[in-house]
Amino acid sequence: MKVVYSRPKSLKRRPFHYCPGCGHSIVHRVMCELIDEMNLQERIVGIPPPGCSVFAYYYFDVDMVESAHGRGAAVATGFKRAYPEAIVFTYQGDGDLAAIGTAETIHAANRGEKITAIFINNAVYGMTGGQMAPTTLENQMTTTTPYGRDPKIEGYPIRISEMLALLKGAVYIERTAVNSPAHIQRTKRAIRKALQTQIDGLGFSMVEVLSPCPTNWRMTPIESWQWIDKVMSKEFPLGVIKDITGAKDAD
Amino acid sequence: MNGNSAIGEAAIRAGCQCYFGYPITPQNELIEYMAKYLSRRKGCCFIQAESEISAINMVYGASVAGVRAMTSSSSPGISLKQEGISYLAACELPAVIVNMSRGGPGLGGISAAQSDYFQATRGGGHGDYRTIVLAPSSVQELADFTHRAFELADKYLIPVIILGDGMLGQMMEPVEFKHEAPEELPVRSRALRGAKGRPSRFIKTFTSNPAELEEINWSLFRRYQLIKKEETTHETFMVEDARLIVVSFGIAARIAKGAIKNARANGMKVGMLRPITLWPFPSEKLQELAKTTKHFLVFEMNMGQMLEDVQLALGDKGEIAFYGRPGGVISTPSEVFRVIARLYYQNGLDAKK
Amino acid sequence: MKGYIEIDQELCKGCQICLTFCTKAVIALHSKVNAAGYVPVAFNKDGNCNGCGVCAIVCPEVAIEVYRE
Repeated sequence: MKVVYSRPKSLKRRPFHYCPGCGHSIVHRVMCELIDEMNLQERIVGIPPPGCSVFAYYYFDVDMVESAHGRGAAVATGFKRAYPEAIVFTYQGDGDLAAIGTAETIHAANRGEKITAIFINNAVYGMTGGQMAPTTLENQMTTTTPYGRDPKIEGYPIRISEMLALLKGAVYIERTAVNSPAHIQRTKRAIRKALQTQIDGLGFSMVEVLSPCPTNWRMTPIESWQWIDKVMSKEFPLGVIKDITGAKDAD
Repeated sequence: MNGNSAIGEAAIRAGCQCYFGYPITPQNELIEYMAKYLSRRKGCCFIQAESEISAINMVYGASVAGVRAMTSSSSPGISLKQEGISYLAACELPAVIVNMSRGGPGLGGISAAQSDYFQATRGGGHGDYRTIVLAPSSVQELADFTHRAFELADKYLIPVIILGDGMLGQMMEPVEFKHEAPEELPVRSRALRGAKGRPSRFIKTFTSNPAELEEINWSLFRRYQLIKKEETTHETFMVEDARLIVVSFGIAARIAKGAIKNARANGMKVGMLRPITLWPFPSEKLQELAKTTKHFLVFEMNMGQMLEDVQLALGDKGEIAFYGRPGGVISTPSEVFRVIARLYYQNGLDAKK
Repeated sequence: MKGYIEIDQELCKGCQICLTFCTKAVIALHSKVNAAGYVPVAFNKDGNCNGCGVCAIVCPEVAIEVYRE
């Protein structure tokens, strides 16, 4: 018997604290597979946010440094400018990247900082108990939109990836999901390409991953994985949003 | 050269590799100096960030990578940086932050003031921590203290604040730079640069275990005790036979010195204690002076901030008077002289012993 | 192609995503509760597993190892 699938080396042997069915676990694993395959374990530095993934450093066996809420893109900028040889990624939720961190994200992308942003979009603020996020859908119930998000009061969900695509410094942006085997494999290919974009020194890269949050969506894991197909990806269409790297799709 | 530019030149000569800042009056000459002279240096980086918040977080990132990094701003912008400074202190990361203070609160004014003393010396952000605070009072000291700031930051793994003001920044004075820019830029040991040939490490401030956080706080404060012992700095001026000692820092001390010289010329026995490290505050020196001098006049350009540290240090061991002007109003030496004289004669300090 | 999987039932959180995606119906809910209080899934080794690996791809807990002849 040959091994077809086993735990990546750079994923520490420690049970995840994430909820059953949570997308973080999938993205962590997929990134660690890439870190193994692309031989980045000694060269990569990750910047996790406050949020459910604040403990990312318990799982990724790479150097990591905590960031203040929303400031990941600025911390990554300072780090990468000080030591360009490292490969730097931020790992951010929707509040971190698109609410409190909007300015840092936009301007890092605008300057074409050679960093990679991994944007975990679960349409809600997970760690703090399920409040509205910039990406919360219209009519979606959250603890701070108990009557459903009303665009007249709370605005519409933000498509930050499409906004960032307008900036010349952003060279590769793709939106994927982790709610099916095919989507998970696509997410892995997208993150591989984003990291390669940085390795090639081309500019700012980002992968937005639609991620299930069964607990705060008040669904079972299976229901939450299905909701991404049925509802969420209608608001946030999957696919390459921008690619001016000129490179072939990593397959 | 002008004060702001002198800071820039001194920083480059101290091996500062990264500068991240944002324009704000009255320190724009500094960011412009760095744009011109740091940005093109090999291995160096200059970014005009999108906000003071971004700038301090860029400093944090660069410091993690083990390089000498700095930012500068003025009062309202320093308020924005407080969270970042708290993180730097918690993670024991060196950094230099320059505050060329202006009148406050709010958008305030653009003239020199000293109303950020509390902000600088009490941590400034959330949590129990301190930063070393250096208070220069001349362009030469702006240059010397900038160099010292980088050394102290690296030695004690602590953010260091240079508390200047709008007047010092704009003044033009002769300055001598005592250091050459290093050929090779220093890289701090135990910098995080990727887990090459060693187990991976992480830098964090969050813990869900209060006992762990408690020990982190105690450990920080043990270091602060060491800094208090080793680095407290002050200057005394004519205190040996003084019957009234003025306590002033920064630009106010410059003004007070002029007033004191005038007082001495008029037969008054007045001296000055000038704290140079505002944190750690030279409480012991003050207590020592209080053994022979009973009267103190705290003169600062605010509503009474260093005053509280003087009161804390002396308790009832001295008569403490206060003269302050907030809002960016700059007193003249003759104005301060009149205050000194009135205090001196009202308290009968001219009586023969 | 004959396949075989090993499920770490102490890591499993019973999310049931794997059995939803399994095309050979070789994964089912276990009858016991694990130490963390979850009802994990179990592998039917007498079934027709072909080692496709889809279960491992979707498992958030990295609880599944897949082998193939």
